Amino acid sequence: MSGFGPVFSFYVLSALVIGAALMVMLARSIIRAVLFLVLMFVGLAALFVLLTADFVAVAQLLVYAGAIGVLIIFSILLTPQREMRGMETRFLAPGVLAGLAIMGIGIGVAVYTSWPVRGGNGFATTVGAIGDALLNRYALPFEIASVLLVAAMVAAIVLVRGRGVDEEREPTAIPPSLVRRER
Amino acid sequence: MLALLPFLTYAQVSVKHFLVVSAVLFGIGLAIALSKRNAVMVLMGIEIMLNAVNLTLVAFARFAQSAQPIAGQVFVIFIITVAAAEAAVALALIVSVYRNRGTIDVDKIDLLRF
Repeated sequence: MSGFGPVFSFYVLSALVIGAALMVMLARSIIRAVLFLVLMFVGLAALFVLLTADFVAVAQLLVYAGAIGVLIIFSILLTPQREMRGMETRFLAPGVLAGLAIMGIGIGVAVYTSWPVRGGNGFATTVGAIGDALLNRYALPFEIASVLLVAAMVAAIVLVRGRGVDEEREPTAIPPSLVRRER
Repeated sequence: MLALLPFLTYAQVSVKHFLVVSAVLFGIGLAIALSKRNAVMVLMGIEIMLNAVNLTLVAFARFAQSAQPIAGQVFVIFIITVAAAEAAVALALIVSVYRNRGTIDVDKIDLLRF
């Protein structure tokens, strides 16, 4: 992939994606963190377009930037606001160190391996080929994925559903010795 | 800025560049998932890691020598499906835990049953 347009787009989009991911880490408000996460999803969809993966890019926009972003915002609004600040646990330093270690290993493997590279301009279109692969070679995983989606949908509904009138009961009392004091 | 123009005109972008971006994203996602106190933030770190892997697969589907180069993108479709299911169930679990315990601080969710 060479030429001014693709190279320029790659560097701009990469800076956008990595900067948005860093801002998810650094944002002090969790709502801002979610918005930066959605920005990262959109930037990744643009990178997928650059890699001639049009169907995957549209799926990324629909599922990640649309559905998962809205879902995360809903769950933030359903949970307390007092936990939006001071969000680091005591594992901040080990977590960052582990992230940096994995990052270094990944960069080293990516740079020092001689990947067998194919020439050419990538795919002209991918929708037909993906549809053909999903319904022939990957038909069984496709069906399993549909069952998984139904199971996840039923599980989500059952988990967040309030108690019905006929099964109203007192919540189980927590023994006082197990309740941690709020700081 | 104009001094960059010759570099950008003759520069190449290969699979290594995309893999480096993907590795950086994965590291950031791992750091977020390990170090944040809010369970929703942990989930967001996991989503960043999944997206980094998706970028790797799409880059290999574009650049690698393979008899079936489209397989990488099919894998990405499956990963997006599973990630959507995982996000729905995880967020439902978070809301359910908040109803029962009154907190979603992962440091305070430390009872197996109560």
